[in-house]
Amino acid sequence: MFTIPRIWREKPQRYRLEASKCSKCGYVMYPPRKVCPKCGSEELTRVTLPETGKILTYTIIRTAPLGFMELSPYAVAIVEFPNGARAMMQIVDTDFDKIEIGKEVKIVFRKLFTEGESGVIMYGPKAIVVED
Amino acid sequence: MRDVAIVGIGVGKFGSLWEKSFRDLAVEASLDAIKDAGVDHIDSMYVGNFSAGTFIEQEHIAPLIADYLGYRLIPSTRVENACASGASAFRMGFIEVASGISDVVLVAGVEKMTDIKTPEAVYSLSLAADREYEGYQGITFPGLFALVAKRHMFEFGTTRKQLSAVAIKNHKNAYRNPKAQFHRLINEEDIENSPMIADPLRLYDCSPITDGAAAVVLMPLDEAKKLSNKRHPLVKVSGIGQANDTIALAQRDSLVGFAATTEAAKKAYKMSGKKIEDIDVAEVHDCFTIAEICAIEDLGFFPKGKGGEAVEAGLTEIGGKIPINPSGGLKGKGHPVGATGVAQIANIVEQLRGEAGENQVKNAKVGLAQNLGGSGATVVVTILEVV
Amino acid sequence: MVGITGYGSYIPWRRIKVEEIAKVWGDDPKEMEKVVKEKTVPAKDEDSVTIAYEAAKNALKRAMIDPKEIGAVYIGSESKPYAVKPSSTIVADALGIVPKVHAADLEFACKAGSEGVFISYALVKAGLVKYALGIGADTAQGAPRDALEYTASAGGAAFIIGKENIIAEILETYSYATDTPDFWRRDGQFYPQHTGPFTGEPAYFTHIINSAKGVMEKIGMTPKDITYAVFHQPNSSFPLRVGKSLGFTKEQLEPGWIVPVVGNTYSGCSLLGLTAVLDIAKEGDIILMTSFGSGAGSDSFILKATKKLEEVRGNAPTLKEMLAKKKYVDYTTYAYLRGKILMRRED
Repeated sequence: MFTIPRIWREKPQRYRLEASKCSKCGYVMYPPRKVCPKCGSEELTRVTLPETGKILTYTIIRTAPLGFMELSPYAVAIVEFPNGARAMMQIVDTDFDKIEIGKEVKIVFRKLFTEGESGVIMYGPKAIVVED
Repeated sequence: MRDVAIVGIGVGKFGSLWEKSFRDLAVEASLDAIKDAGVDHIDSMYVGNFSAGTFIEQEHIAPLIADYLGYRLIPSTRVENACASGASAFRMGFIEVASGISDVVLVAGVEKMTDIKTPEAVYSLSLAADREYEGYQGITFPGLFALVAKRHMFEFGTTRKQLSAVAIKNHKNAYRNPKAQFHRLINEEDIENSPMIADPLRLYDCSPITDGAAAVVLMPLDEAKKLSNKRHPLVKVSGIGQANDTIALAQRDSLVGFAATTEAAKKAYKMSGKKIEDIDVAEVHDCFTIAEICAIEDLGFFPKGKGGEAVEAGLTEIGGKIPINPSGGLKGKGHPVGATGVAQIANIVEQLRGEAGENQVKNAKVGLAQNLGGSGATVVVTILEVV
Repeated sequence: MVGITGYGSYIPWRRIKVEEIAKVWGDDPKEMEKVVKEKTVPAKDEDSVTIAYEAAKNALKRAMIDPKEIGAVYIGSESKPYAVKPSSTIVADALGIVPKVHAADLEFACKAGSEGVFISYALVKAGLVKYALGIGADTAQGAPRDALEYTASAGGAAFIIGKENIIAEILETYSYATDTPDFWRRDGQFYPQHTGPFTGEPAYFTHIINSAKGVMEKIGMTPKDITYAVFHQPNSSFPLRVGKSLGFTKEQLEPGWIVPVVGNTYSGCSLLGLTAVLDIAKEGDIILMTSFGSGAGSDSFILKATKKLEEVRGNAPTLKEMLAKKKYVDYTTYAYLRGKILMRRED
């Protein structure tokens, strides 16, 4: 169920990769929050995640959940950004054997989910492995 | 705070139980526990259940079960912490007895998962993850644990064979457990030929979708001693600890273990006064094979990174250094989500009473149960001992 | 001075070789390769919106302006994911351009994108907005067994128009349009209709020739004065034919002639050809671009490259760099990706 208000509300983080940075301890969290989980401070500022990150771990999903079957099989990774923030993202447009822990990825804009033939489309970030 | 004893247990058969309804499962296991306890009433009850709302379109299940058990006007509350619902409910029951608020508390765990189609069940299970930042990325539960497995293999060299060793052992144990879902021995070839679900986890690395229920009855130890039921030694709750962690896997400090397990264990050990070496037997949360390897590391039985080797070397077999999941674990027994935590505790009680049949660990005096929810966002560790 | 402040292109990673398609329908691959050699195939999670976004992002990288200074966004496409709901607001929101912005989606077959660029140019010239963004992006469909299946592909190009930091000045424009039904798609239909040979002379050639001649006359130039000429390219031969008939040489036409390896990206088509030229143009080069959209019309632009072009070009990938990164798919995968296989509905 991809409720419209929720999709609309999440635009800053989905469209523009907005995150929160703690003014006290510098921790960066994605998605944005109200309280820093590291030091408890509520003094958070808005920042944007950088365009590139690194793969910490990944898997290839071969049995997809409802709504994602049309992409199956696909890779999902935990990406770490240079500022310390981490996010889970699909890895696209990359041969599976080219995906490795430690490789650099760049963020691209894709359809995250489509609600059937007549429903809404949710757009958001995915990652591509950067090959030199 | 009073000492709390477990005076009655009831574990139902786990499996695809087409003829049993949600109410049937809960009532049967609860009646077994109440009869086993030999009590004539209960003061209060807790029910561990993950998602009756999505599986059978029923919320508010606590009064439903109390009602169908024949109890009106007693407090009944549902506790939900994903796959750790069962042990979380147990902890609430324990607190209610330990604090003196109630004298006889029933804790049941129940899940009816097979009325809906498998993809829908997989969807329901996925709700235990961070829906908006993990679910919408297309992750599944096998996927979450696959991410941990990949990193574990990367950092420690854990192998495919070592993951398989967990599944093989647990199937072997389940084979001898009449209540288990699976009575089938498997080997490495079976596992490595099974379909890949989320690299590197294959079908046989994953616990199944299961219907089932389990229940226990708690009483203050002093009252329990007065009960006429002297068939078996009395078992008391020696210590219990719960810890929660970030909902999303990406935000954890470690991607190769579960801090909540270690923290919950620390609290349980502190309350019980016991040490790791005192544990004779443990039931841990092997929702996926990698989860058992992480559990035995996070619980301190083996150093971080050495869990795979330990299983491969047979150290966690029933006759081994520290028997893990003699019941068959979630992999062999089945994993009716809300019931698992209660079933693990009931299985440890069986071990401590000497009633574990072919899977009996000799001279088990102190046992541990570890129940993990989601991708490690909730963990409850319970230590039980013979009085 | 009004001109392009930033430009960006985008093509998907996957390709299908025309010989793959020919195999399925029993056509002669050698003959079909004369039309197009290989074409781009969008991923299942790409659409004209994601393509427009990526092209626009690259344009912003070259323009190096604050997105909030863009006062209008126009996306031309004939493969919008929503028949009703603007693609332009999605891209504008995602790029941080909202909320003080004019936005609309345009349709004029393959010239919707260039019309969007013209409108952007006009708004900036009139002083109504500081910068305006015109994009052409498509994930066009070709019916199985139809000639268009060999050419319809996916891609997009974006242009930020402004009065400052110009990398290619717009010297002159000219449009030529009539009601000519050479190719269309009725509302609700999945595949378009086309009229075979009628799409040639009365449609493509008439409008491009009149538009190109019109703009050259207006500014007082002949092909000799022009460094590069880019035409709408529905197949490999049409743009070379029309270019030759207008008096251009192969050297002038070749850099912008990308259809053999990209296919026809519809609203992105001539604009992508223009980006290929901008990827190599030097200061002072004069560029003619004439688009063509069925229905029918042609927009012509004459541009002059500035020194700044060479300075910012490296801020974003060139079309050549994108062309080098590719993965071939077979027909079955292509048909699946393009939604041509009848799947069971998940709901």
